[in-house]
Amino acid sequence: MLNPLSQYMPAALLGILVVLPAQAAGDPVTAPYAAELRAVDPGFSGFSTAQGQALYRGRFTGGKPDTPSCTTCHGDNPRQPGRSLTGKALAPMASTASPARYADPAKVEKWFGRNCREVLGRECTPREKGDWLSYVRGQ
Amino acid sequence: MIQRLVRPVLLLLAGVAFSLVLLNRVQAGGSHYFPPVADPLVNAECGSCHLAFSPAMLPARSWQALMGDLRNHFGDDASVDPVTAEKIRRYLVANAADARGQRQGERLLRGLAPERVPLRITELPKWVSEHRELSARSWRDPKVRSRANCTACHADAALGYYED
Repeated sequence: MLNPLSQYMPAALLGILVVLPAQAAGDPVTAPYAAELRAVDPGFSGFSTAQGQALYRGRFTGGKPDTPSCTTCHGDNPRQPGRSLTGKALAPMASTASPARYADPAKVEKWFGRNCREVLGRECTPREKGDWLSYVRGQ
Repeated sequence: MIQRLVRPVLLLLAGVAFSLVLLNRVQAGGSHYFPPVADPLVNAECGSCHLAFSPAMLPARSWQALMGDLRNHFGDDASVDPVTAEKIRRYLVANAADARGQRQGERLLRGLAPERVPLRITELPKWVSEHRELSARSWRDPKVRSRANCTACHADAALGYYED
């Protein structure tokens, strides 16, 4: 007869397997992008804030001429408010300054969709999104 | 006899003239109020890049046209999901300048040909005449940046007040 505990072992193991990657991702905002990357690259080891900073501060020519960089509207310092081209103040991008900014994943995706096309002239990759979020939110 | 009447009549006329001036000023103040967006969804979606403009600042036909092409929103992609877009469209149309009971809005549409569909509030003849005294230099002020930046000069624009 089986030990009653052993009946639960497969379930417990499965539970650990499911939970571990989620914990490795840690951050619920970047988790969906990490999962996307892990699906194609099991060796994925996490996002790079340095790459995120390069993306945030970089100047690009693929998008619209009046928005060559994230900093055009969001400013050089993610902890400070930005300003849209129409002059409207934009809440800071850093989570320390705007804690509620990234609560809704659909909203995050909506803005990546719009702004990546405007600045880069294309969609951002999941890695770019994760890197970018890791940088600006950590500021 | 006639001479004795002149003074009171003159006084009366002066009084009436003064009241008219006063009334005109009060009305002018009143006509500079445009109810701000009261719907949180419309405020969030229309107010992230620019002030969420009062629906009473454009006729319904303009809002219909704007909501029909959010992918090309003055050079920006402002598209939202269809359900959200429909909610916004309905709110803007129901509260448009030519909707029932919008007195301020009606005044703002004065001089606008009925066949014209302005996409910018700044195209309205009344907007142009109200802002004609401003120099080109004041529009270039870095604090202004754009004609869509009402709050640069109208500090209480977000509350609906657009006095000089």
